[in-house]
Amino acid sequence: MPLITYRTALNQALAEEILRDENVVIIGEEVAQYNGAYKVTEGLWERFGDKRVVDAPISEAGFIGMGIGASMLGIRPVMELMFWSFAYVAWDQIINNAGQVRYMSGGLINCPIVIRGPANGGTNVGATHSHTPENFIANTPGLKVVCPATAYDAKGLMKAAIRDNDPVCFMENTLLYGESWEVPEEEYVIPLGVADIKRAGTDVSLIAHGRAVLTALKAAEILEADHGIHAEVLDLRSIRPLDEEAVLATVRKTHRAVLVDENKPFCGVSAQIAATIQEKAFDDLDAPVQRVCTLDAPSIYSPALEPIQLPTPERVVIKALDIC
Amino acid sequence: MSETKTAATEPVDYARAEINSALGAAEKIRFFSEMLRIRRFEQTALKYYNQGKMGGFLHLYIGQEAVALGTVSLMGKNDHVITAYRDHGHALAVGMDMKACMAELLGKATGCSRGKGGSMHYFAPDKNYWGGHGIVAGQTPLGLGLAYGVKYKGLKGCCLCFLGDGAVNQGSYHESLNLAALWKLPVIYVIENNQYSMGTSMERSSAMRNCLAERAEGYGIAWDVANGEDFYEVRAKTWNAIRRAHDESLPFVLEVDTYRYYGHSVADANAKKYRSADEIEHYKTHHDPIRLWRKRLVDEKVLTEESADEIDAAVKQEVAEAAQFALDSEDPAPETIFEDVYWEVDNQTEVGQTGRHFFGD
Repeated sequence: MPLITYRTALNQALAEEILRDENVVIIGEEVAQYNGAYKVTEGLWERFGDKRVVDAPISEAGFIGMGIGASMLGIRPVMELMFWSFAYVAWDQIINNAGQVRYMSGGLINCPIVIRGPANGGTNVGATHSHTPENFIANTPGLKVVCPATAYDAKGLMKAAIRDNDPVCFMENTLLYGESWEVPEEEYVIPLGVADIKRAGTDVSLIAHGRAVLTALKAAEILEADHGIHAEVLDLRSIRPLDEEAVLATVRKTHRAVLVDENKPFCGVSAQIAATIQEKAFDDLDAPVQRVCTLDAPSIYSPALEPIQLPTPERVVIKALDIC
Repeated sequence: MSETKTAATEPVDYARAEINSALGAAEKIRFFSEMLRIRRFEQTALKYYNQGKMGGFLHLYIGQEAVALGTVSLMGKNDHVITAYRDHGHALAVGMDMKACMAELLGKATGCSRGKGGSMHYFAPDKNYWGGHGIVAGQTPLGLGLAYGVKYKGLKGCCLCFLGDGAVNQGSYHESLNLAALWKLPVIYVIENNQYSMGTSMERSSAMRNCLAERAEGYGIAWDVANGEDFYEVRAKTWNAIRRAHDESLPFVLEVDTYRYYGHSVADANAKKYRSADEIEHYKTHHDPIRLWRKRLVDEKVLTEESADEIDAAVKQEVAEAAQFALDSEDPAPETIFEDVYWEVDNQTEVGQTGRHFFGD
């Protein structure tokens, strides 16, 4: 199987969906002639032209709202946010319009739109550019949110997101764009709402999404090598819909859970996972559920400190050892 | 084509405009009846609101009826309409069922949004009517997107996107104007200028040279101002904008001067403080669009006073029946709370049945 980057995997998914469906159009800042601020859309404008790949001015509320309006008519826009942090100036459009219009119309309207872009800390760009709003989106019934951790998942989930008839917020990670994974050449689609066991184990479950999955995998290696603890790593992949059964199944298997989450802890995704576990698998637990989140302050610029503000394998190991 | 509000212009009889001179008597009478339907519907809604039968807000359109009907009566099959929360007039003008509209106000299962939207959120995609939006100017990018969709599909059509004078200072509207001009999208922004953004007069809220529409100049967008009490003028000037949108795929900003008799919403506690009773009475007496249209049709000998009264009586009867329908309808069942959230769930697709979509119990 060829090794390709997370970035290329997304690029392939976009190209394949443009070819498959004439209503798919990519719109965003620098997506066309500039080839994408992070090169996710590289070559697509040259290949598919002005109609299918559209450069938007810096005007997120305007063009995201425009995409939502077009999606009500059956266009399937894939909107790029250079950073998900910039979604905050388009928040009314995303939450109130994409998120609520189906409900308020009593089911007469649907918005088959994808809003995608990176949502991560760890690149020393300061607090305004380092937001991880998957918990905010997941708190909005009507929206779906997906956070792929690998190139394989990014491609398969993107294809599912574009084909979905509801609005999907797709959150990538700039630190993963250049990382490579094996991705098959034949077509595949990964359904939303299906978690994936990235590493099997028996002693403790490390439950994560996005880049935190890679942090959990590194922690699992340390736990195995240094402590003889066999950790299972469950990648949620999509936050809403959520594969709750997979969460409960791994906890019932290992009886211990450490949740690894690049959200801030207060009302972060892992808070919801913890609540689910205590409510539905309380008797299966041999220890309290632990969480490793981004340290609870605005994202710091300092290149020395930002890496330790995010969840680290070492912090995960400490939490796991506390309960194993 | 653009004009300033202050410029002295020769009076124009817009009845002679091509789009109006082609109108037959039956159509003119229908417009009278449709405007009356909006007014009588809302007067009845007000009664129920004051009786505590409705929740939330009720933003009445009374006084502005000629704007909705004058514009919407020009729509063809690829023309779309979207508006803000003062949306009953546009909804009835596009032909939404009055019973379903009244039932929605009462939050009933038979409401046009199954009791999920309320007064501010009427929708009828089958009639190219896309709401009914509660956040001021939030609908302006959506209207742009409807125009984008029409153009993307290669259709000859446009979107009439309504906003109030209180919406013109929101960023999303300006972003929409920029994109509309930049990408030559066939969207027509109709500013229904009723002079007050809630309790703040235009003079206290909007910086401008002569009028609000003139701001379009800065984006290179054509604009005009229409007198909203003159049904013929609203139609003539809207048709001009629609033709540009259809033939040249160009945006337009049309400001329509109008007036609302009631407060921003019925819950507007200061509705009679920020303007005088005399001012309101003056509009009702001299500028009421329905009264003026009725007089016009009588003068044209299209209507007699007696036939106009008969139409009014029939409309009142229709409204009474709609109200009875709404009162008699059932409240929505509790399980419908989880319906109409996700298309995939509602349609029981494999996608909609994969993973957990709803949380809580």
